[in-house]
Amino acid sequence: MSKADLAAAILWIGVTLYAVFGGADFGAGMWDLLAGGERGEPARGQIDRSIAPVWEANHVWLIFVLVVLWTAFPPAFSAVMTTLYIPLALAALGIVLRGSGFAFRHALPGPARAPATRVFGVSSLLTPFFMGTVVGAIASGEVPADGGGDPTSTWTGLLPLVTGALFVCVCAYVSAIFLVRDAGATGDEELRRYFVTRALIAAVVAGAAALGGVLALHADARYVYDRLTSEGLPLIVLSGTCGAAALALLARGATRGIRPLAVGAMVAVVWGFFVAQFPYMLPTSLTISAAAGASATLTSVIVVFCVAIAVVVPSLGLLYALSQRRALEQ
Amino acid sequence: MGLTPLVADSASNLLAARTQMGFTLGFHIVLACFGVAFPAMMLIAEYRGRKRGDADALLLARRWSKAVAVLFAVGAVSGTVLSFEFGLLWPGLMDRFGDAFGIAFAIEGIFFFCEAIFIAIYIYGWDRLSGWAHFWTGVPIAISGIGGALSVIAANAWMNTPAGFTLGPDGRVESVQPVDVLFNTSTFHEFVHMWIAAYIVTGFLVASVYAVAMLRGRRDRYHRLGFLIPFTVAAIAAPIQLVVGDAAARDVYNDQPIKFAAMECVYETGDDQTEYIGGICTDGEVKGGIGLPGVDSLLADFSTSAVVKGLNSVPPDDRPPTPTTIHLAFDAMVGLGFAMAGLAAWFGFAWWRRRDLPTTRWFLRGAAIAGVAAVIALECGWMVTEIGRQPFIVHGFMRTADAVTPAQGIWWVFGVTVAIYVVLGVVAGVVLRGMAKSWRVQDGEPEGPYGPPPPSTPEPAR
Repeated sequence: MSKADLAAAILWIGVTLYAVFGGADFGAGMWDLLAGGERGEPARGQIDRSIAPVWEANHVWLIFVLVVLWTAFPPAFSAVMTTLYIPLALAALGIVLRGSGFAFRHALPGPARAPATRVFGVSSLLTPFFMGTVVGAIASGEVPADGGGDPTSTWTGLLPLVTGALFVCVCAYVSAIFLVRDAGATGDEELRRYFVTRALIAAVVAGAAALGGVLALHADARYVYDRLTSEGLPLIVLSGTCGAAALALLARGATRGIRPLAVGAMVAVVWGFFVAQFPYMLPTSLTISAAAGASATLTSVIVVFCVAIAVVVPSLGLLYALSQRRALEQ
Repeated sequence: MGLTPLVADSASNLLAARTQMGFTLGFHIVLACFGVAFPAMMLIAEYRGRKRGDADALLLARRWSKAVAVLFAVGAVSGTVLSFEFGLLWPGLMDRFGDAFGIAFAIEGIFFFCEAIFIAIYIYGWDRLSGWAHFWTGVPIAISGIGGALSVIAANAWMNTPAGFTLGPDGRVESVQPVDVLFNTSTFHEFVHMWIAAYIVTGFLVASVYAVAMLRGRRDRYHRLGFLIPFTVAAIAAPIQLVVGDAAARDVYNDQPIKFAAMECVYETGDDQTEYIGGICTDGEVKGGIGLPGVDSLLADFSTSAVVKGLNSVPPDDRPPTPTTIHLAFDAMVGLGFAMAGLAAWFGFAWWRRRDLPTTRWFLRGAAIAGVAAVIALECGWMVTEIGRQPFIVHGFMRTADAVTPAQGIWWVFGVTVAIYVVLGVVAGVVLRGMAKSWRVQDGEPEGPYGPPPPSTPEPAR
């Protein structure tokens, strides 16, 4: 494994963490949007309790991904940015609205909370969609190595749109699974079942979207499709197995084991994609090694990643433990 | 004929992209100051509260932590916008220099993580950790604010005085020496200047809120303390900033002579240069400014025989396009810096003589204005460093015009951005005011974007 491959793997670890944790936060926003008015208050309360402590930290993985991409693979970053600037600008807009909508809905006085909540919900739905179109466009090989691809047709094809839809479904799914566990932990059986129903629906829809994605890959991205169904096949099988097992456990009303299985299904797909794209950064116009920046920079990125893990994991653990702990007696 | 609209388009793109970047950065820089300095003030309040059993100080720390959370949340999104903009607006820069320019941002990521996590820990910790353990969970916030500022400033300093790389035949960075990139000539002075500025801006702005409250008659111990902690921090920082800023200007004189020439409106290279205060820069003479003969040379290198390079020493294409803006921004920053240091001295004198604030209402009025003044000085200083670097984005290596995206429609994006940021700014203001109001009437604690919901507060009826 070359240093550039290692940096690409680090980039992908960042993508994975953002997909799982950031994705769960986006999904929570979607459930918040779908929870309805008065009736949705208990669900909304659970969503708040689940994401309030961690959403900002989860968001940092996106920054991490952007920074590693432009630092370790500058030409790839600039090619993507000069081609897919419309969906990327819309995703950035969504991030601004999502973050501020969530932050403000707690802090605003009563009547102003409802619009902030709606902004939070709608932008939680749109942001992953546009991010999905970017990933789909890259997979379909529409991004030229030196950038400047068509600003609209590159991301409005079948594969980008299906990928966008898939992202939305997967976020909703993984979030519902997290919320099942969190509601279960508080002992609120009604709320737990509320999220179980939603997790089941999301699982079925996400599964269908994934199948649609495979068909679209077949049509629009033969390189990725071919590798996904050969080198990447074990990971896809693993993902399917985890997903099915999670579904079975969910249907049986279990609480333990669902979350790792669902996360496993998601991680396996993300890495299946990595394998399928390999050795390209932008299939099939720019390889990882051709996109890689200066050697000392790659080393810096690897070191920074190790430090980030060493710092972030224990502090996130502390935050998590603290947010689960009961308040001290005054 | 065929080429003309294309050229016009690209010039308009450059202006649009610079306007967009300038506006979003100008918004973010204020929030960044809060991110760097507000946690320190919150910790000073908590330290005092715990050390002396001061309930007012503890209450201030608790309330400030919620304001810190709101401002951090807005700062995080406005910072994310900037990360996107590097690629969306300046793909040429990232393409050729990303692997040198980016290293500092990679490091900043770690500090950003720490800040995000520990702000949440600190806020959750109020009811879950006891005594000093809680205080210590706040320390990483203050440290990561400083570390984050150092990283971002290192990247900006690198654009002014690029170092630590060699270019390959394709014009892209070929090899990099990360340490030289990070600690380039300008890193140290830019960082110290910005770091102290963060304390001045935050200190005076927070104090101004309490100064207004005191002018309106709320002169209890709580408000006094809320004024004294941030004001003291800013009052210590303001005179130091005069010394630091002076040293920074001399570094600019040595390392970025053309920026210095624009700051001082110097056209012809020579010794015994006149220092102009105010005025419009035109080639030949400075219109409407107050001229102090020889003083510019004296300030630049302690001697009237010091040679100051002029704008005319480089071809017109290599000069900053708007020297008057740079000159006036520089003068405004320095003038406001002296005014703030004067206010600090007034406070220091009264405290030395009587252990109290100056009694006149004029002092509080001055303190109320100092917050705005500090923000204006901050923006002016930032304009000097950014506009003064033009027409280059990486000084001496890449022109801003060569880095800008060919993508169309930036003015539209700019319009949307202004609209959203205005709403964002207004709502953030409403939120902070709302917090203050609910604190005043004492009807329970408002929530922050991180905090646990208050125990058993019923949802307000609709």
